[in-house]
Amino acid sequence: MFENLSHLSLQQYWWLIDSLLGALLVFLLFVQGGQTLIYTLGKTNGERDIVVNSLGRKWEFTFTTLVTFGGALFASFPLFYSTSFGGAYWVWMAILFAFIIQAVSYEYRKKESNFLGKKTYEFFLFINGLLGTILLGTAVSTFFTGSMFSVNKLNLLNLSSDRMPVISSWETPFHGLEAVWTVDNLAFLQNLALGLAVFFLARTLALLYFQNNIDNEEINARTKKCLKINSVLFLMFFLFWLIRLMFIEGFAVNPETKEIFMEPYKYFNNLIEMPIVLIIMLIGVVLVLLGLFMSIFKGKDNGIWFTGPGTVLTVFALFLIAGYNNTSFYPSTFDLQSSLTIENSSSSHFTLTAMSYVSLIVPFVLAYIWFAWRAMDKKKITLEEIESESHSY
Amino acid sequence: MENIDWGLVDWSRAQFALTAMYHWIFVPLTLGLSFIIAMMETIYVKTGNLEWKKVTKFWMTIFGINFAIGVATGIILEFEFGTNWSNYSWFVGDIFGAPLAIEGIMAFFMESTFIAIMFFGWNKVSKNIHLLSTWLVAIGSNLSALWILVANGWMQNPSGMTFNPETVRNEMNNFWDVLFNPAAINKFIHTISSAYVLASIFVIGVSAWYILKNRELFLAKRSIILASVFGFFAIIFTIGTGDGSAKVIARYQPMKLAAMEGLYEGQTNAPLVAFGFFGSKDENQPNMEKFAFSVKIPSALSFLAFFNSDAFVPGIKDLVHGNKEQNILSYEERIEKGKIAIDALLAYKNAKKTNEIELAESSLKLFNDNFEHFGYGYYFGKDPHLLVPNVKISFYSFHIMVILGVFFLLLFILTFYFGFKNKLENKKWLLWLSLWTIPLAYIASEAGWVVAEVGRQPWVIQDLMPNIAAVSQLDQSSVQITFFLFLAIFTALLIAEIKILLTQIRKGSHNEEIVESINEGGNK
Repeated sequence: MFENLSHLSLQQYWWLIDSLLGALLVFLLFVQGGQTLIYTLGKTNGERDIVVNSLGRKWEFTFTTLVTFGGALFASFPLFYSTSFGGAYWVWMAILFAFIIQAVSYEYRKKESNFLGKKTYEFFLFINGLLGTILLGTAVSTFFTGSMFSVNKLNLLNLSSDRMPVISSWETPFHGLEAVWTVDNLAFLQNLALGLAVFFLARTLALLYFQNNIDNEEINARTKKCLKINSVLFLMFFLFWLIRLMFIEGFAVNPETKEIFMEPYKYFNNLIEMPIVLIIMLIGVVLVLLGLFMSIFKGKDNGIWFTGPGTVLTVFALFLIAGYNNTSFYPSTFDLQSSLTIENSSSSHFTLTAMSYVSLIVPFVLAYIWFAWRAMDKKKITLEEIESESHSY
Repeated sequence: MENIDWGLVDWSRAQFALTAMYHWIFVPLTLGLSFIIAMMETIYVKTGNLEWKKVTKFWMTIFGINFAIGVATGIILEFEFGTNWSNYSWFVGDIFGAPLAIEGIMAFFMESTFIAIMFFGWNKVSKNIHLLSTWLVAIGSNLSALWILVANGWMQNPSGMTFNPETVRNEMNNFWDVLFNPAAINKFIHTISSAYVLASIFVIGVSAWYILKNRELFLAKRSIILASVFGFFAIIFTIGTGDGSAKVIARYQPMKLAAMEGLYEGQTNAPLVAFGFFGSKDENQPNMEKFAFSVKIPSALSFLAFFNSDAFVPGIKDLVHGNKEQNILSYEERIEKGKIAIDALLAYKNAKKTNEIELAESSLKLFNDNFEHFGYGYYFGKDPHLLVPNVKISFYSFHIMVILGVFFLLLFILTFYFGFKNKLENKKWLLWLSLWTIPLAYIASEAGWVVAEVGRQPWVIQDLMPNIAAVSQLDQSSVQITFFLFLAIFTALLIAEIKILLTQIRKGSHNEEIVESINEGGNK
């Protein structure tokens, strides 16, 4: 089946899978967003326990999706993996640190003799929520604004060079941190805007999730109050980023010569030239707004079931316009021709074919996640329920 | 090459070793305990005995504490392939990335989904669904080990691939050859069975402490019998696949075998060093470690490696300087040929650019003729002894692992025998021995990875890519900073884990949370 597809079709298929994983990851960042709200929503120890336990039963999904997203990118676009991770070292390391301290914090927070104290683990959760979202958002924005790197595969063979025989080199000593101060084309504004948009989106999604998952009057009242301000801030940063994206020059690929060049309104053009992607994005945006509307103005507690899928669809569409329609998904502003495209950075036809067969189990995976999620969330979480469990966070 | 930043290479290696070793402190207990818990819960479901539910919940609490920190250290490992070994990521991403992605899709999601039901679903799903979830957590954890060990096995013995000169990387051409690579199969079974051994020893040791304190006697006695049986079968597999691994190493990584045995002069009827100590170095032979004392078993190494006591086992000197009688090329020659391969590939790429077809063809032929030595070319102009791994570390870690493995086998037999006869309370010495074997299990487990990874240095991919050609272009100071940050945070978290574990063990299965949850949940 897959072996009959062309290499380009397989590359497109894998960009689609990676985009879907990326979109699911952004949705699941609601766990991180919620971690920044523990003290805002929980004024007593019991209330904080409810918030933490509500998130604690989902944190592994986010974590696993992040790991799978990384693994899938490695397998499908290894040159991206080697260039971005080896180059933007400080950004990825900061993200990783934020996730290391998260993994233990739920389990250790309330355990006796936990060495660092409950507050430290809560602080770790806050740091993870703050840095994890902002840095991931900023890193994804560089898919559209570019980074300072060069790629030369012949470096591996040039033993007489004065540099290490490394294929991908980052060309600033800041290894990715420069994304937040690069003034060319006001890239820093664009990158920071998406970082902050993801941060407030994660908080907004978390608040919607709490409304649907927690049965506690005080927490629910505070959730409603917080939702307004966080959703406004999210919309403000995201719309700024999205509108500006439609007007900036993008990194286009000449389909004949494979040369990279700057194209005005590239991302706007991509949406227009790929109407299905445009429709996906519009449906996503409508669902996001519908969920917010129902929660804020109608007082419903099921907004997450609209805003959540809406987030997935919108982010999915954004990833697609970053990589499809002859676009460089990881552009270099140092050397335009070093920019990465789904064609020049992918795995071989054989590997993508083998991996595509593996991808057929994804629906099965989604089905059992759905089953488990429903089984666990049949009833809203309460303090009594947490106290009756032998295992709680 | 004069352009190698050796400090960067060493710090990058140190960081990966640090992360891997910390990760491996937690993983084996997760792998083994997950099955032990699943077996305990199965007994509970079959018998309906609430005491078994209590036993299951107690070990589940221990599992949860250990699991979290394993996850924390694991995420770093995956991303370090990119952050610190970027050349490697490109050179083999076509092959290595696939197992990692499959690991995520198949194993991690299974583990993380059903762990939520395992911990929080006691009163939300039926008994059988809960039991199924517990088994799926165990299967998911162990499946994740399969894929990463397949990837590691491939690095020790690359197979199922061809080098593509157009893309300058290795590309997979047979998925099944990668999956069923003999190095991978042995490595997987050896590693997971050794993890079951560690988990069994942990359970036996903790239970022994309870019996010494005359507490939790139901939990302790039942746990010891179950873990002894599990551990016994696991150690049999560990020893069997250890032997299989040695044969694979003898065939594909002869330098590693020579280093593990401290064998410098190759010989037929090569003896196996049962144990020994290195003395001070001979000034006239600076590249050689000498035994101050050793006990050798005649012909055993030849037999162990090739099933033939007359077989020739090459020593370090044969590999570095060559042995014409045995048809072994010297490292000097392999370095020359490797350099020819690298230069020929560069000439091929340049000829392609300038459209010189004849030159391109002849360069490609020259490259293909010398490709098997490709990685050696990076050592052109350097001392070939740089291609010899650290002999002392390889030797000691190998022998510590083997000696402790035999000891564990005896321990399982004793604990099962006295546990089955219900005579453990009278065997204080055995209980203390079981308790103090816990750290030894961790030492043996780590030593196994030290043999595997130090013994193959400097190869990241055997014969194809040395570590000096695999690293990312970073400042040494950047890696130093992250190394010490990792060290500080992992150490703090390890201290936290140990303190929490000890407290939970002191509380036992009669602590409030477990008792209350059993009372509330009843026989559900």
